[in-house]
Formats: sequence, structure tokens, C-alpha cells
Amino acid sequence: MSNFKYHILVCGGTGCRASHSDQIIANFNQLLADKGLSKDVQVVTTGCFGFCEKGPIVKMLPDNTFYTSVKPEDCREIIEEHIVKGRKVNRLLYLNPETKEHIEDSKHMGFYQKQLRVALRNCGFIDPENIDEYFARDGYAALAQVLEQNDPKATIEIIKKAGLRGRGGAGFPTGLKWELAAKSEGDEKYVVCNADEGDPGAFMDRSILEGDPHTVLEAMAINGFCIGASKGLIYIRAEYPLAIRRLQIAIKQATEYGLLGKNIMGTDFSFTIELKYGAGAFVCGEETALIHSMEGNRGEPTFKPPFPAQQGYLKKPTNVNNVETYANIPVILLKGWEWFSSIGTEKSKGTKVFALAGKINNVGLIEVPMGITLREVIYEIGGGIKDGKKFKAVQTGGPSGGCLTEKFLDTPIDYDSLLAAGSMMGSGGMIVMDEDDCMVSVARFYLDFTVEESCGKCAPCRIGNKRLCEILDKITHGHGTMEDLENLSNLAGVIKDASLCGLGQTSPNPVLSTIDNFWDEYVAHVVDKKCPAGQCKALKRYMIDPDACIGCTACARACPVGAITGEKKMVHEINQETCIKCGACYEKCKFNAIFIK
Amino acid sequence: MDKIRSLADLKKKREELQSALKLREQGENTENLIQVKVAMATCGIAAGAKQVMEVIINECNKRGIQAVVTQTGCMGYCYAEPTVEVKKPGEDPVVFGYITPVKAEELVTKYLLGNELLDGIIPVNYGKVDQ
Repeated sequence: MSNFKYHILVCGGTGCRASHSDQIIANFNQLLADKGLSKDVQVVTTGCFGFCEKGPIVKMLPDNTFYTSVKPEDCREIIEEHIVKGRKVNRLLYLNPETKEHIEDSKHMGFYQKQLRVALRNCGFIDPENIDEYFARDGYAALAQVLEQNDPKATIEIIKKAGLRGRGGAGFPTGLKWELAAKSEGDEKYVVCNADEGDPGAFMDRSILEGDPHTVLEAMAINGFCIGASKGLIYIRAEYPLAIRRLQIAIKQATEYGLLGKNIMGTDFSFTIELKYGAGAFVCGEETALIHSMEGNRGEPTFKPPFPAQQGYLKKPTNVNNVETYANIPVILLKGWEWFSSIGTEKSKGTKVFALAGKINNVGLIEVPMGITLREVIYEIGGGIKDGKKFKAVQTGGPSGGCLTEKFLDTPIDYDSLLAAGSMMGSGGMIVMDEDDCMVSVARFYLDFTVEESCGKCAPCRIGNKRLCEILDKITHGHGTMEDLENLSNLAGVIKDASLCGLGQTSPNPVLSTIDNFWDEYVAHVVDKKCPAGQCKALKRYMIDPDACIGCTACARACPVGAITGEKKMVHEINQETCIKCGACYEKCKFNAIFIK
Repeated sequence: MDKIRSLADLKKKREELQSALKLREQGENTENLIQVKVAMATCGIAAGAKQVMEVIINECNKRGIQAVVTQTGCMGYCYAEPTVEVKKPGEDPVVFGYITPVKAEELVTKYLLGNELLDGIIPVNYGKVDQ
């Protein structure tokens, strides 16, 4: 039995590692060895805690102290104060921004209070590179149970009754998908895990794979047993090196224990898992494109039917599920469908993981029960808008989703309500915007992304999106007309109706939803040639206030294009024709004499 | 490495390994558990607090008592070291002085298990700012 008196959990997710959490771990181990405490204190590298805003996170147990923004040089103080003297290091505790009080443990932080961790249950709790810790958390028990019962139909029935829907975005019922693949005839079938997470700002799947890789392997094996497949493939983007490494370690460990490979747990069931690396094309998250890419062909979608369940990888029946969907499977089987279906709303059961990003105080990874409102997520978990600015919109569903405004803040988060509000669940990216964000530019940003990522196979998506992007470009440069706005809506509608796959069918959503919700802002750009948020560079005008200018010539000297003229100690002037709107004069002026119009 | 061949194998494995994570699972739920704090300043350590803590942890594990055992700084009762503070859920903390390893075992069997007090209770003679 281990005799550790303290556990120090250090986040080893990509975000915290970028802020030197690996150095923190090394420092802790060194300090403990120096003090002869290595037998008393265990340092554990875990997956993501979710509170990325204040990373690196260090959690001390058993007293559950939560240290934020820890630097490698803080390690000595933590060991000497917390471990040796039993005193908490107050300056590293989370500071409640409202009450200005230190909060000792995560349970009392607003960020964690409304969360319910199902898919992320082991993230930030176990060491992802140690299968023993996964065993201690009921790891592989669901697989063992399923194999022991030896009734694939009954297992699929449980998943169906639980009401689990695909977490990749579209929300197709998972049990039904499995049933279709199970019913398909084929001498060989495949199970594919879609880990091609491509939405800008989304990192749910990466965090699950980095923090709890075994849960995905276990669920894939269960999936294989249920549909009669003996081979699993994980399609993961090569930009996720840490997730790949942890998956490789996990596959090796599971194989050594006989939980993957031939005759698993002494049964006739054999199952192996192989990794396939994607090159980071957004369209390869679409299941038919993903399958083509795995086969070594161009990552282009094809028309459905035939569905992958009938004819997928190598023309064999294939079941494709997303990482987060898989992460829910073992828990459902162990805790029962009744438990799972008691969480969430009528048609959307369970929880959903979101990556909070943008102008929000608590950027990070959260998991909430379905049916929670956007307001709760943004204000209570997310801690509100940065720098006390005003909320403008929240973008859900990535480049395929839409922007939701203040009037939708009380919308419950589930597949159907978000769709009805003009956005979608998507894979879970949630980007918050404040009053300084120009919605036309936001739409243009997403369009830029889709143009880049369109595979080019069908004309509406390839050409249509390019044209949409050009029109938006024209508007943000102040050359737009009312006719352009009309063309935008019409063209968006055509692209939506006529595109081949999900990418094209949803790519105009950011345009349509911003036109719906921010029509005035479009009009301001077109008619008044003004950008209300002051973001569109071409529409900005730098002016000099003659009352405030003392003629110090600082601005004229800073101007790279010589657009500012004026005698010493006389009021200066900016030539709008020559001005390139770089803002250098604005930064330079010490008398607040330069303003933006 | 032994392969896992059945659900029973897996359950055995889990039981072996679960104690390693016990500390972390307790951390999620500290309010509802008995909290034991061993004063571990220089005076406490000199008087044998390290051994006392060891005994308390081992005894709790042996008897399956769910307790969070941590160390703390000097409580100020240097004359009575080693000192141990025990806080049961919903009760006021009680501080015991002169806890030798033998008495530490008694503390677990009598007070933690049975709610029977021991000699050497130090009356709490100060308040804390956080209470």
C-alpha cells in the first residue's frame, strides 16, 4: 500500500504545459527528493482541469487546495509552506473577482459550481499515462461487464435508452447508429473514433484524449463488440502530438493487460486499435471525407447514402463516433441508462463539454448538464465579460454555427433549442464577443476559414463561399452597397441548399445569423461607411482635435507615410487620402488630441 | 504482466489499486469526513509528531476509517507536543496533547471510532479569524 500523505496534482494538458507545467513537476520532484519527502508526497501529472485561464493549475490533496497561475519558481514555497509547515500559500489561491477573497478549494469557485463532469470525470484526477489509476476508477469494468453478459443487442439497447446523441455536433442518436452498423452485413467491420477536432477555438476532444485516453479505447472496444468489428481506428490530427503520445502509451498498456488484442479477457472477441493521422483539414471531420482520408485518398466528402454504417472504410460497414461521445459510453453502462437520461432535457440527455474562449474572464474547458442556459455558462461559470465590457454575442457551433445575441441568453443549451435560435450545438466551441467586436468582421473571419478549408469538390461551396467572402471584404472596406447585402442573403441561401456536405451546407450560417441579429451594423458599414465597433480599419478616420493639439510634432514624426502636416507649435492636420490608419500617431500623442471617428 | 481474464480479475485489481487514489477521492468531499491535523512544527517534530502521523494514517487505513489526515503548523501548545486536532463533521474541533504513538492508536480506536474522549484535551483558548 502506498503511504503517500499528500498528492500534488499538476495539470499536464497542452495549455498548462505551454506555461511550463513540466518544469513545475520536475521542480517538485527535485525539491521533494532534496528534503527526503519523496516517499510522503506523490506528484501526479494529470489531464486538463479546465480552468485554463489561470493555468498552470496545481491541486493539493487531501485538503483539496487549488493553486492557480503557478510558476516553476513557486514550487519551493509550496513545498516549504504547504507540505512542511501546513500553511497555505495565499497568494497562489484563486481570488474571487467580486469579493476579492481567496478561495481555497475548487468546490467553492463559481467556475466549478455549476459543472457536472461525466465525459471529463477523470480529467485532472488521474495520471493519463498510468493505466493503474484508470483501473482504480472502474476502468475497463464496463468492457468486462459487456463481455461477460455477451449480449450486444442488450448493450445497444442501453445506449439507445440512455438517449445519448453524437457529441460531434449533429446530434445523431448514438444507439441507433450502432444498431444500424450491427445490422449491416459484412465479413469485416470497423469502428472509427473521430478525433479530427477542427473548429477554431475548440479543444474538448484533445483534452479528453490527453487526460483520459483509456476511456476512449474502452468505449471503442465496447462499440466493436456490439457491432461485430475487430478493428478500431482513431483518426487524429497530427497537430495533437501530446494526445497522440498518450494514446500510444494507453494502447500499449491496454494490450499488455490483454484488454486489447486477441481474445480479450479470455473470450472470442478480438479488437485492435490503430492511429491514423490527419493533416488538419477541417472537412475531414465530416465522416465520409474522414473515411476517404484514412483510405489514403483525398479528403473529400461523398454523397450519403450509402451511409458509413452500410459502406464505410474500405467499403465495409463502419461506425464513426466522436471522442466525447465515446467518453460517455463506459459511465452509461456502469451507472445505467436511467441515471444518464435523468440528466439534461427531454431530447438532449446528459452533459456537454464546451471550450469557452473569447472575451470572457474564465477561458477554459467546462462540462455542464444539457438545458443550462447560456447566461449561466457565460456569467456564472465563465465569470462574465473581460474588463467589465458589455456582452454582444456568443458564437456556438464554430464556423457552421451562428451568433446568438443577448435576447437568446436564457435559451437552454440543447441540440434543438440552439437550432431553433439560429445556431447549433456543434462540437462545443463557444466564443464570446463584446462591444468591441465588429460582427461583419466576425462573419468575414469565419468565411475566410471556410474558403480556406473547402475541399473544392462542389461549386456552391468552392465558388459561393469565395464570393460571399469577397462581398464581406468589400463591406468592411467601406465599398459595400445595399444591393450587396441582398446578394449576401440570396447567395448564402443557395450555398446552404446546394452544397454537397455539411461544411458547405452550414458555412453561410455565420453570415445569415449576423444579418439577422445585427442588420443595423451591416447598414452602418454600407450606408454611413462607419464601423460601430471601430474594428474595420478602412472605415476608421484619425482626426486631430485643434483645441487639444499644441503642435509638438510628435505625431508627424511618427507617421510612416508623411500624412500629417503642420508647423511647430501650430495645430497639425491629417491628410485622409494618404493616411493608412496604422494608429502610430494615436499611440504617440501625449495630449489626447488625436481621436478616432 | 498478468493479463486480465475476467470481471473478477478486474475487480481484484481495482481493489488493490483503489487505496492509491483514496486520498484524491476524499479531497472531493472533505467537509463530510473526519479531519485530523497533526501539528508539525519544529517542536512537534522533535517530540515525535512524524511517527504519530504515521500511526494515525496506518490505523485509519487498517480500520477503514474515512479520515483526512494532514499536518499543520505550530498550534502554540508547545509544552504539550505532539498535539493533534480532530474535527468531526458538524462538531467543534478538539485538540489533544501529549500524543505518543501509543496514544495515537488509542485516539483512533477510542475517539475516531467510538467518540470516547481521551485524557490530555487542551481547551481551545483562542478563536480563528476564518471561523
